Amino acid sequence: MSQRPNAINLPERESQEIEVNHVPHRLTTPLSVTSLLTQLAHPLDGVAVAVNGAFVPKSQWCTQTLNPGDQIEVVAPMQGG
Amino acid sequence: MTDSWSLGDTHLQSRLMIGSALYPSPQVMQTAIEASGADIVTVSLRRQTAGQNMDTNHWQWLNQMPVHWLPNTAGCYGVREAVTTAHMAREMFDTHWLKLEVIGDEQTLQPDPFGLVEAADLLIKDGFEVFPYMTDDLVLAQRLVDVGCRILMPWASPIGSGQGIRQPQNLQLLRERFPEVQLIVDAGLGRPSDAATAMELGCDGVLLNSAIALSPDPTRMAQAFGHAVAAGRMG
Repeated sequence: MSQRPNAINLPERESQEIEVNHVPHRLTTPLSVTSLLTQLAHPLDGVAVAVNGAFVPKSQWCTQTLNPGDQIEVVAPMQGG
Repeated sequence: MTDSWSLGDTHLQSRLMIGSALYPSPQVMQTAIEASGADIVTVSLRRQTAGQNMDTNHWQWLNQMPVHWLPNTAGCYGVREAVTTAHMAREMFDTHWLKLEVIGDEQTLQPDPFGLVEAADLLIKDGFEVFPYMTDDLVLAQRLVDVGCRILMPWASPIGSGQGIRQPQNLQLLRERFPEVQLIVDAGLGRPSDAATAMELGCDGVLLNSAIALSPDPTRMAQAFGHAVAAGRMG
């Protein structure tokens, strides 16, 4: 069992996390969708984004700020039936 | 013989629609799609993994093709998920067409009729042309038409099963009861003769994927399906 940090810091540390396609990421500073994609080396073209299950149009990527606890989904085109 | 027709607001030459999944390589996919003569190709969306180079291979090949995209909501089990995926697909592929899939059973991938109607209603109100992937149930078809579907896509049998048309009389009934709706058989067709039968039953088109993509010779099978659809239409 891992050592728990002190009780004051733990909730704060947990609350700084976001998830991108179910992978946890530490949110060190407030980020826009565009900044997040850039930081994670995602291409900005050919992807679409949803935050907390809601579609975020590309026109809002610069203005939409991500908050701790947000679940971000980034999708790309693929073959399908 | 030309047999042009319109689907929604788009003019088309072929009544065969084809999926882009499961081909052994992008090159085979491209050749098979071209050989099929299809004007409409289904595509999908997948989650990107952070830092991973996007697997753009198939997409780059697809993107060069002069076809209409029909994005799907494959893998969606809930209304909200399907609606969000639909919006992402509309932006990504720049089309209001959507093959709406709301899956109700993981094993057979049988659609959830209740979720399908709810999602279709929301999306049609939001300007989508919804192609609902459905069973061949008459009352479900009525509910979908009631919320504004102009196109219905009943399955022939479970997706990928290749069982052919399990209940031809159900498709016939849909044809009789919804003469004004574009009826496209989607899923379960195994042989070109299944596609010919669907057209003989009065369907407006067929959509298939695995029967071509998983065939030992996808290009030849794509041609065979193209001929079968034309033959069934003429017959």
